[in-house]
Amino acid sequence: MSKPRLATLWLDGCSGCHMSLLDLDERLLELATKADFVFSPLVDVKEFPRDVDIALVEGAIGTDEDREKILKVRERSRLLVAFGDCAVTGNVPAMRNPHGTCCVLARAYHETVTESPQTPTENLPRLAERVCPIHEVVAVDLVIPGCPPPADVIHEVLTELVAGRMPDPARLSRFGQ
Amino acid sequence: MKPQVKIKTLSIDGRDIGAREDETILEVARENGIAIPTLCWLEGLSTVGACRLCMVEIEGSSRLLPACTTHVEEGMRIATDSERLRRYRRQIVELIFSERNHVCSVCVSNGHCELQSLAQALGIVRVHVPYRYPRLDVDASHPRFVVDHNRCILCTRCVRVCDEVEGAHTWDVSGRGVDARVITDLAQPWGASESCTGCGKCVHVCPTGALFEKGKSVAEMSKRRQFLPYLTLMREERR
Repeated sequence: MSKPRLATLWLDGCSGCHMSLLDLDERLLELATKADFVFSPLVDVKEFPRDVDIALVEGAIGTDEDREKILKVRERSRLLVAFGDCAVTGNVPAMRNPHGTCCVLARAYHETVTESPQTPTENLPRLAERVCPIHEVVAVDLVIPGCPPPADVIHEVLTELVAGRMPDPARLSRFGQ
Repeated sequence: MKPQVKIKTLSIDGRDIGAREDETILEVARENGIAIPTLCWLEGLSTVGACRLCMVEIEGSSRLLPACTTHVEEGMRIATDSERLRRYRRQIVELIFSERNHVCSVCVSNGHCELQSLAQALGIVRVHVPYRYPRLDVDASHPRFVVDHNRCILCTRCVRVCDEVEGAHTWDVSGRGVDARVITDLAQPWGASESCTGCGKCVHVCPTGALFEKGKSVAEMSKRRQFLPYLTLMREERR
């Protein structure tokens, strides 16, 4: 039997969930013997591959680019996991929603800037009008709340998934943990 | 001479239980170690039956009834936990999360919040309805306390404790439906309130991070509620 193909994606989030994944420390080596990391910010692959078994997605949908990425990830992954509070609830990135994207950009790049204020546009995806959790865009198979989910929780979830079992995240983690 | 206490017999979740006739289902359940989730109810305050989390099934009635306001009756057969009740409770809590901006990770009450722990107890890991993201105020005009309407669930514990225990009636509710807000005095800034005594009871009965002490950062605001049943008991004894 071939090893499950594991991918992780970083959308509109602070990368804290990936830092928590790195906190698995030596358990990452053990995990690497049971699964292949085929795509991740930690892996030097540019294009999200096909036939992924487990995709962990950190971050909310905050730009048009995020939306395109999550649609591709959904299409190419058997099991999509919303990884952390931003992916699950919108969390901190979604705090701009009550104010509106224009207001937030004006505040950050004009009102508080004295030296030639301008909104950056080049080489950056356009910020969406509204940030949303990933389940508002694609079907999600499993959610792991937490900001970030603790390393032990990630370890248990990945160990179970790699072994072909479905863990119960409600028992392990909660919003804001 | 004390009037004779009448005892009613009933069953909760299949257990036969005796209760005083003036007791509510919730009180009897708690006395017998049967947990029913609540948010607006708090021991020592009047009951309003607003949050609907304590709804129970009563045999022979197609309607669900709130355990906090329903008095026991002879022969009642009550179920406090069923798939239907769990589903409704999850829906209520998810709607509360979607109605305002409950961002647990950056909330002063993270880890000490009744809404957060209730979500976990009910197995809620995602909210199935779209979040509303309303734009709401934070009033930090009071020298010691802050009200953050983003986190308010309109349980009205603050309104009741201020009126019934402190006797100041600084808090009230204005508006209806999604426009409802807790207000101080006549919707004036809390810091400008002439009726507020600054006792802080409202802050400590608040189940979420809507009311908190100034200077408290993320996850630092834990509430102390022990004073309330104690105060109520002392006053009853004095009467």
